[in-house]
Amino acid sequence: MSATLEKGLNALREQIDAPIASYFSSCVRCGMCAEACLFFTETRDPKYTPIHKLEPMRRLWEQEYTLSGRVKKWLGLAKPITDEELEAWSPLVYDSCTQCGRCSMVCPVGNDLTYMIRKLREGMALSGHAPPDVVSAVNRTVTLGSPMGVKLKALQAQIRDQEAETGLTVPINVQGADYLALLSSMEIMNFPEYIGSLARIFDRAGVSWTLSSEAFEATNSGIQIGQADLAGAIVMRIVTAAEKLGVKSVISPECGHAYTALRWEGPNLIGRPYRFEVVHILELLDQLRRTGRLKTRGKVAEPLTFHDPCQLVRRGGVVAQPRRLLGMIAADFREMDEHGVWNWCCGGGGGVSASERANALQLTSFRRKQAQLEKLNVETMVTACANCRIVLEEGLEHHHMDIKLVGLTELIAEHLEE
Amino acid sequence: MNAMELLSWSRGPGLGIATAVFLFGMLLRLFEIYSLGRKPDLAPARPNSPGSGWRTIISRSVPEAPVFRRSAVTLTSGYLFHIGFFIVLLFTVPHITLFESVIGIGWPALPTPVVDLVAVVAIIAMLVSLLHRLLDPVKRFLSGFGDYVAWSVTFLPLLTGYMAHHHLLPDYTLMLAIHILSVELLLVLFPFTKLTHMLTLFIARWYNGEWFGHKGVAS
Repeated sequence: MSATLEKGLNALREQIDAPIASYFSSCVRCGMCAEACLFFTETRDPKYTPIHKLEPMRRLWEQEYTLSGRVKKWLGLAKPITDEELEAWSPLVYDSCTQCGRCSMVCPVGNDLTYMIRKLREGMALSGHAPPDVVSAVNRTVTLGSPMGVKLKALQAQIRDQEAETGLTVPINVQGADYLALLSSMEIMNFPEYIGSLARIFDRAGVSWTLSSEAFEATNSGIQIGQADLAGAIVMRIVTAAEKLGVKSVISPECGHAYTALRWEGPNLIGRPYRFEVVHILELLDQLRRTGRLKTRGKVAEPLTFHDPCQLVRRGGVVAQPRRLLGMIAADFREMDEHGVWNWCCGGGGGVSASERANALQLTSFRRKQAQLEKLNVETMVTACANCRIVLEEGLEHHHMDIKLVGLTELIAEHLEE
Repeated sequence: MNAMELLSWSRGPGLGIATAVFLFGMLLRLFEIYSLGRKPDLAPARPNSPGSGWRTIISRSVPEAPVFRRSAVTLTSGYLFHIGFFIVLLFTVPHITLFESVIGIGWPALPTPVVDLVAVVAIIAMLVSLLHRLLDPVKRFLSGFGDYVAWSVTFLPLLTGYMAHHHLLPDYTLMLAIHILSVELLLVLFPFTKLTHMLTLFIARWYNGEWFGHKGVAS
């Protein structure tokens, strides 16, 4: 056995806990998780059945954590886990799972398959079987601070543009501000309007906020690849900056997995609770709406719909907020047939869109969203995740669909009361 | 060994051994799960989610409409078989007599024609689920030897019980012995196959529900 395989298997052994054992003990191979997974529904290929993606982990559990499995192993009836097998599983564990969590809601025995995939990735990454592009993204995040290699200079240039655009100052490194706002590289490079939108909304609502030059990147490739130590280091950068500035809250940007990384995994990754709270930008906007500090005027007349980012709804609990916010500014809001905690993924979350080799499959899986959209007859789709937005844009273009995409925060900013 | 001797062995030592293996095996499975423990979650939970794990234990039994539509055969045959199996197990006169002799409490049986119908429905539902496992690409792909063993040892008590009840073999004593032995086979293999889900699914649903509840999502 190679040293890296041994390292990977050890990492995987550390991940096996009581929930994992109860899940593997309970699976009856009913196959219902397949119908919950857009990589299966859009290809009908049984290998994309979520529970099948976990097979190497199931065998490790059976062979080492059950008496019957140990007996089988002792009798020489157990198939050992090899590098070749893990390499063959890499496209199943990474390219065809966005960790959207839909299967976890469907499994009749209650298996949280997404929780299991997240853990299996720890073993896959350390044994050297993560997709090369995701490995590079993690390396860039660790060395440069951003998965796309976006540096402070690039952010500063975008800030200047947005300041010119809005006539407002974008505060940076303001000691004692209430809120520290974070961004995703995707927003900095592709949707810098988000920064201007924050400036305008917070100016009008009287919110004390700041950016940090030391920690502006919220995304975390460490949790996508499944390397807890790197993921923890990336979170720690934000925690250090936030606690140094003495902010009360940190705002997770319009990015799904950044919210999961910061809000739910972060304290566990660094091994202690934060000295600040984490809110998603939509939660904050909804609070401002409720307290009357966020006021809008006018409504979008044309029909629009909302794409729920999986990590916000199913894996994050931010469900009602975007609907209340859209209620303020949309005259004709149309829900997709399955929405909220039952939404369908854009097809590119969880590191999938970062991986070149997953691209064709990602575009195929977009047919699920296409089918949902075709029933609605809308011209605009609003979302609250920059990664969903890029993936959806690619999908719409590939499938020749004429639907405009917009971020919810931007849309709110466009409708602020003067 | 003649039929009578076989019957008395199955009713006496056989039942004792099978029950012991079943109980030991299931306790072992529980130990294998709970001894692994889990790390405490340091992320602050959303408020208003107490009892989510317990609620999920119940709610996961009732699928959402779109989920049902996508897996109608699996769910319908699954429901009919599970419910039928437990009705036949718990509400026939000979079974109640046995339970009464062991635990000292009895309860009224259902009328014979009702139980009879339920048994037939359960048998058909199990045949449908086997057929579906053999024909559906996903299920066939996922299934291994253990899945067919689990199906067989569950099906045999239903079938032999039905046959015994209707005297479908000339030798009733032998038929009854075979029925009881099939139940013992089920009990012995139970803890070492996917049949353990009968117990562990409650644990799995609880963890799942707690996880989602922590985030303020009902699952």
